[in-house]
Amino acid sequence: MEAFYSLANGLTVAIQPMNLLFALIGVLLGTAVGVLPGIGPALTVALLLPITFKLDPAGSIIMFAGIYYGGMYGGSTTAILINTPGESASMATALEGNKMAKAGRGGPALATSAIGSFVAGTIATLGLTFLAPYLVDIAVSFGPEDYFALMCVAFVTVSATFGDSPVRGLTSLFIGLTLGLVGIDILSGQSRLSFGIPELYDNIEVTTLAVGLFAIGEALYVASRRHIQEEKLEPVRGSLWMTKEDWKRSWKPWLRGTAFGFPIGALPAGGAEIPTFLSYSTERRLTKHPEEFGHGAIEGVAGPEAANNASAAGTLVPLLTLGLPTSATAAMLLAGFQQYGLNPGPLLFADQPNLVWGLIASLFIANAMLLVLNLPLVGLWVRLLAIPQPWLYAGILVFATIGTIAANPSPVELIMLTVFGVLGFLMRRFDFPIAPVVVGLILGPIAESQLRRALSISLGDPMVLLQSPISATLLAIALIALVLPFVMKGMGRFKAVED
Amino acid sequence: MSTNSQRRIDVAGFAIALLLLALAGLVWWDMSKLQILSPYDLGPKVMPIVVSIGLVLLAIGNGISALRGDLPERESLDWKPIVLIFSGLAILITFIALGWGFMIGTAILFAATSTAFGRRAFLVDLLIGAGLAVLVYLLLGKLLTLSLPAGPIEKLF
Repeated sequence: MEAFYSLANGLTVAIQPMNLLFALIGVLLGTAVGVLPGIGPALTVALLLPITFKLDPAGSIIMFAGIYYGGMYGGSTTAILINTPGESASMATALEGNKMAKAGRGGPALATSAIGSFVAGTIATLGLTFLAPYLVDIAVSFGPEDYFALMCVAFVTVSATFGDSPVRGLTSLFIGLTLGLVGIDILSGQSRLSFGIPELYDNIEVTTLAVGLFAIGEALYVASRRHIQEEKLEPVRGSLWMTKEDWKRSWKPWLRGTAFGFPIGALPAGGAEIPTFLSYSTERRLTKHPEEFGHGAIEGVAGPEAANNASAAGTLVPLLTLGLPTSATAAMLLAGFQQYGLNPGPLLFADQPNLVWGLIASLFIANAMLLVLNLPLVGLWVRLLAIPQPWLYAGILVFATIGTIAANPSPVELIMLTVFGVLGFLMRRFDFPIAPVVVGLILGPIAESQLRRALSISLGDPMVLLQSPISATLLAIALIALVLPFVMKGMGRFKAVED
Repeated sequence: MSTNSQRRIDVAGFAIALLLLALAGLVWWDMSKLQILSPYDLGPKVMPIVVSIGLVLLAIGNGISALRGDLPERESLDWKPIVLIFSGLAILITFIALGWGFMIGTAILFAATSTAFGRRAFLVDLLIGAGLAVLVYLLLGKLLTLSLPAGPIEKLF
């Protein structure tokens, strides 16, 4: 009941005209960039961080959350209409949705994904509302060693457990952790890995890293392999609306997708790939129309899209209550909080209840706005796909560079941006995941300060990490999550040999 | 374990492993210069030690991956667009470093990138890029009062 009261309070913040306007700008921007191939929600937030520095914190954080939700809606439109999933979480949608679009059923595919996203987003945000106060109560009792152990769990699950290759995922994470060391150490006043360059003394900007990896890296990658594949836009033909049959086949996948997406997103595990994949394979098993799968089955769009959105909302649970980002976008949202000196976690719920609950309430509003914006206006969004690719990427590069120098007016910052761009390009080419680098840079210093706090309380005895039952349990979980993919892989190989 | 004797050694994979090893060495060397202020714990040295040990382990892991040929197949690469985009970025950085403002550099970056993506209208794109730069300058510099590097052209506004 406490949650209801807090939510009602938050609603009074969220419906202030300025905040409604910020939410609207956020969902519009989010949908637009979600639709544009090559820009994801993480990059959009990164580009907007420097230019929102002088705005009101509540308003711009509400806007960022709108971008996050809007990006999810827009991404599915692109996946359905041009079959280039911007992220691996939209893979299933692209599989079935694009086939539907080719068969002239693009309208219902877009509709079931939009309504499914709304249903899933609303249920998952409700889940966030009721789960958050409990988690906050638990988190308040955490000591520094427990926080450090929790971050170890997040590090492992984000980088190793669910990726293609645990070695490559951990490599990405450690590149991020290394970058997190750069700069003056606040506790001792000594500089680390700065080599006398003044721009490096005050740490590597998360925005510069994210913009370099996502914008410059992506542009270089796409440009270098443009000769390989041509993208084709599928026009939306026929009715936009779902038939009675479509509704009947969609509502259960929506709910099942939500049931997969929210818990997996809410665990500090990150990644929407697993729930979308689980949802897709479940729908494939349960469907009464197995012959349609692979040729445009509506269940294969409805379920994974719901799972994708529910897990995005689920990611906000560890972010807001524990300060743990488990995806690149969540890491950028955390950077958004930090630029106003706010630290997500249990204390934020106590210190800034209006801001936190205003944000949660505005998520409901953003979701409703997105449904209204997306269904009737889908034709308008599709036009964005007609922007010629050269101008699109040229524009992305211009905004990336200007955004960076607006935050730090120095050529050194641009050189760093370029270096991170090369890093992003190489990581894409050799199939290293990008998100763990961003999570490592932003979470590394926080984990370090918790570790050092724990060690200074214990007078340097590292056993403190195992003496607290919470911390010992969490470290055990992290260890299992680290070893599991290697064991599973070994078992897989064993099976293959048996065959 | 397959016994494919024809497998080629993955040079890029080994290069990645060596780079990680070098990075680990750099972090360790940098750490060795830090001073410990408290007699009880390692203070600022803790995290660099953890990170460099992790990097060494990952260098070994990446080396094993390269040996096994676990890295994904690489597609053919077109270098021309990469060089074009880099040139655009280099020109922009040079112009800003010389205090010539960001607008000309931005216009060149726009045209270079668009050429890299296959357009053949450099002069038109240069004008579009310049228009975009002016728009951004008015929006960020004037409306949001952020400081952008100003040169002779920016001072006209």
